[in-house]
Amino acid sequence: MLVDKYPKEIDRILNKFPPERKRAATLPLLYLAQREYGHVSKEAIREVAGILDVDPTQVGGLVGFYTLLHSKPGGKYRIQVCTDLPCALRGAEKFAEELCDNLQIKMGETTDDGLITVEEVKCLAGCDKAPMFQLQAPDGIHYFENQDLESAMELIEELRQRGNDA
Amino acid sequence: MPEHILLRHRDIPEIADLDVYLKHDGFKAFEDVVTNQAPERVIETVKTANLRGRGGAGFPAGVKWSFLTPGVFPRYVVANADESEPGTFKDREIMEGNPYQFLEGVAICSYAAQANTAYIYCRGEFWDLAHELEDKIEALHKHGLLGEGLFDTEYSLRIYVHLGAGAYICGEETALLSSMEGELGQPRLRPPFPAAEGLFAKPTVVNNVETLTNLPPIINQGADWYRSIGTEKSTGPKIFSLSGHVERPGNYELPFGTTFRELIFEHGGGIRDGKAIKGILPAGASAPLLPATDEVLDTPMDYESVPKVGSQLGSASIIVLDETVDIAWMSYKTTSFFKHESCGKCAPCREGTYWMYHILNRIQNGNGAPEDIDLLNRVALGIQGKCFCALGEFSITPVVAGIEHFRSDFEALTGDGK
Repeated sequence: MLVDKYPKEIDRILNKFPPERKRAATLPLLYLAQREYGHVSKEAIREVAGILDVDPTQVGGLVGFYTLLHSKPGGKYRIQVCTDLPCALRGAEKFAEELCDNLQIKMGETTDDGLITVEEVKCLAGCDKAPMFQLQAPDGIHYFENQDLESAMELIEELRQRGNDA
Repeated sequence: MPEHILLRHRDIPEIADLDVYLKHDGFKAFEDVVTNQAPERVIETVKTANLRGRGGAGFPAGVKWSFLTPGVFPRYVVANADESEPGTFKDREIMEGNPYQFLEGVAICSYAAQANTAYIYCRGEFWDLAHELEDKIEALHKHGLLGEGLFDTEYSLRIYVHLGAGAYICGEETALLSSMEGELGQPRLRPPFPAAEGLFAKPTVVNNVETLTNLPPIINQGADWYRSIGTEKSTGPKIFSLSGHVERPGNYELPFGTTFRELIFEHGGGIRDGKAIKGILPAGASAPLLPATDEVLDTPMDYESVPKVGSQLGSASIIVLDETVDIAWMSYKTTSFFKHESCGKCAPCREGTYWMYHILNRIQNGNGAPEDIDLLNRVALGIQGKCFCALGEFSITPVVAGIEHFRSDFEALTGDGK
């Protein structure tokens, strides 16, 4: 349970808001749940709702609304390539396609070893450094810019190695 | 401008360290207003400087602050760091490179609004950046620049960082507030405006990151100095995010009134690979496409001049398209964005972007019929003026202008010649 494992972090989150407005802590708590479980399951939604004293439907609706929250498990790492207009003008669509081909998956799919899911996303505010992507990892979200197939595959190899070492 | 006013890290690389920022007059403006100035005087200075909101609307910040309902407390300040407009990447550079000037701006705004709590609503993708900002806020507490009884006065201020979770609509200020409160990030009916009933139903100021970053120099150097930069009605420096088919994409801090031509061909190094320029999206995906005529290229980039040639300056994210770009494809890309980001609250936007997307998709795939062009235009005009917020209104602008100026690009995909 999150409350048993992260009492201090939960307190720190709740203290940011007036006590009668603690529903404002929904997104931070959902991030905590996703970090812990890899995705936001129905169980996790009930846990978060319990901390906030709200109905689980009030929490669950948010998971579908926001793109960074995932209701279903995916790869351990999600490589989310921006293919919006400014990035597309600088070769992002071709980059995304090559990356998927190289990993032998289709856009949105996960590699057989469960390590990497590749997804297309909308503008990430890195338009001048395209092709670029964000890596949604268990420990947070990190940007990788001015990418090509080689640099992306190097990163993936490093992530694979990290998994083997652990 | 010889030196940067906002992107100061380009002149002083270590300015993201608090000690370095303090050595360069950091937090002098905040200390000055807290110890020597009444909040009303700060608001007057910002009004006189005519600081206009840099998030896209260009509304005067000081005027916005003066709408706060008198006598109602607590009040809140929310910094809008939900930078998500395609082609816009200026707030991110400010917060990464010159974070303390932004934080000082938040502090000055909070004092002027008589708020003791401020939140920075950062888009969730800026995860690393948000955590760095939290460290910087911690450093300010340690230095006695945030917290209780600041500068031996009764004023106290806390700043918190709040992460969004991936939704463009949360850049709209009332959707942002709903999102902060733990609800779906959908816009609210206005009035009441946030200045009357904002965060937690209390008087609230919401301002963009770049807007707030202008405050320390305005306080330090005065409204008259500020008004000497830019044009008469669009005052001060502006960060233009330049992307697309240029040699040197990036952020350029220039005075309002700089022409498209100067930005694209002098600062941006011209069009990549020796190609010709075809069009300009001056405000990301959210304003009409402009054909790159001499008249357009010589237009000053300010809030008054860009509408005269048929578009908007918005957040000043200039996406440059070269001669190889198919405008039907461009319309498909911008429409894909809006279809994905429509929050679903109102039918014209939710359904309209869906149908525009499907028509453009079949045109793209070579399955469009000649009458699809007029159908697309009719759907777009059916959305116009009927949406709950600006997102739906924005969504049609690149498409309608695209058909108007480059109809042959659409005809090539739908006509007999396909």
